[in-house]
Amino acid sequence: MPTRSRKTTRTVKPSTHSPLAKVATGIAGFDEITGGGLPDGRPTLVCGGPGCGKTMFALEFLVHAAARGESGVFVTFEETEEDILKNVASLGYDVADLVKRKRLALEYIRVERAEIEETGEYDLEGLFIRLDHALRSIGARRIVLDTIESLFAGLSNAGVLRAELRRLFAWLKERGITAVITGERGVHTLTRQGLEEYVSDCVIFLDHRVTDQISTRRLRIVKYRGSSHGTNEYPFLIDRRGIAVLPVTSLQLVHTATSERISTGIDWLDDMFGGQGFFRASTVLLSGGAGTAKTTLAAYFLDAACRRGERAVCFQFEESPAQYTRNMRSVGLNLDRWVKKGLLRIHAARPTLYGLEFHLATMHREVDETEPSVVVVDPLSSFSGASLDEVSSMVMRLIDYLKGKGITGLFTHLIPGSGTSQEIEVGVSSLIDTWILLRNSPPGEQGGRHLSILKSRGMPHSSERRSFELSDDGPVVQTRARRFPTRRGQA
Amino acid sequence: MSKKRSNPSDEWILRLYVAGQSPRSAAALRNLEAICEEHLAGRYRIEVIDLLKQPQLARGDQIVAVPTLVRHLPPPMKKIIGDLSNEESVLVGLDLRPRGRRAGARA
Repeated sequence: MPTRSRKTTRTVKPSTHSPLAKVATGIAGFDEITGGGLPDGRPTLVCGGPGCGKTMFALEFLVHAAARGESGVFVTFEETEEDILKNVASLGYDVADLVKRKRLALEYIRVERAEIEETGEYDLEGLFIRLDHALRSIGARRIVLDTIESLFAGLSNAGVLRAELRRLFAWLKERGITAVITGERGVHTLTRQGLEEYVSDCVIFLDHRVTDQISTRRLRIVKYRGSSHGTNEYPFLIDRRGIAVLPVTSLQLVHTATSERISTGIDWLDDMFGGQGFFRASTVLLSGGAGTAKTTLAAYFLDAACRRGERAVCFQFEESPAQYTRNMRSVGLNLDRWVKKGLLRIHAARPTLYGLEFHLATMHREVDETEPSVVVVDPLSSFSGASLDEVSSMVMRLIDYLKGKGITGLFTHLIPGSGTSQEIEVGVSSLIDTWILLRNSPPGEQGGRHLSILKSRGMPHSSERRSFELSDDGPVVQTRARRFPTRRGQA
Repeated sequence: MSKKRSNPSDEWILRLYVAGQSPRSAAALRNLEAICEEHLAGRYRIEVIDLLKQPQLARGDQIVAVPTLVRHLPPPMKKIIGDLSNEESVLVGLDLRPRGRRAGARA
């Protein structure tokens, strides 16, 4: 077969030394875990049970590229063009326009067994001609076949079908077309018709399960020839903006460190950190028992950011935004004004409403949109329903993400009961830059709440245990006889 | 039941989709012409469409396999794929013979 010179140059390049050429999918997180996307000019099998997100994956693979100017053909064997258009509409692309500008072509192939009589020999040359025509008509180098196994339901001669599918995948490779082929999960095989036998370059498995009424989606790279890939299952979600895959561990410790300091929002607490507060882009953990003013201290930190004119996001997992701002008024904070000014976003959600990864992804997206300089998660411990591993892995990813963006993150963590459990901290303590411990005085004893700094990397800090009380004006330090006003301008 | 063909006087329009001039395509056309001459003499028209020349036409009739024979008239539309070598099943597929008789005829 005559192959175009374009193809030859492309295949020569990787063989010299560089790894396999890859094309980006534009699917959030996926290109990161695969080190660049799908194998260029080769077919990839995306399989999983019904409703696992195959079609969405395939659609995104085309639509993001189409928006960048790379044309692609979506061949659907199950849904009509109209259905597909409806599905993509939610991704925020003007698909009708992409079709008009020849960035995207939809080809609906319907094979209805009831309408067809088979007599004598045949092949699927008609299918090849249609694919070829669709590819040529818009100059596409990407194609999706969703799901080609439907042919087996429409035609009875499985022998012919298998031979023709084998020929089809070879044909696509020969043309250097990057293809995504979807397949429905079989009983003992990845796909009903064993397509994994034909597609040997890259196989991706999508899984959707519901545990404890919480649905989780996971993605696994079963095979990726010529490329290193994680064998982990990566949680992903599908929301109104499509698929987002979350790398389980992407800790690279390449964040740039700044020596800039930002206020904790409380003078006496700043003093404990050499008078200057936290490092910007560091990670702060506030742990303590119930009622130790964790939320209040966190809110002062948010307030300080907004006072500097910076944007802040608070992920609140215990109270509604209205309840939260009302409660903070009682300790001298008016957070509503920052919300009105657009500097503060309070994002409230029940921790049990979604799976962990959904929360994480929601946080990612919120942070992406808002681009805050500080983020508060209050409290981290509300996720304790999930397994410890999952929680600490989520926290790790979140910390990593925030640091990567130069965002200062402050997490509160409830130590239940006597305060002996430090499980979460153990999981992530190595990632925490500053760790503050809060304690209540034993019941019946005077002395209010105590704050001590367990650690604070890279800066001198007080090793003293401070006692403080919550007043109408916020947390105030107790010294033997006198009370110091806590915040600037408040006597 | 065997008299289901409502208007035998209607003209039959049959489209045969092929890809180039393969022996299989040629066989399909030969078989089709023979069947038509025998059962539809004087009231049929065969259009042969070569998809290599007119690929855009594959979409309209949802062609995947070749050769594919499409009965356009009389309605409803019928499709028969293959080289049409089995006359019995072609007749059944075209509704020229009721489905039930096939098994009997073979036995």
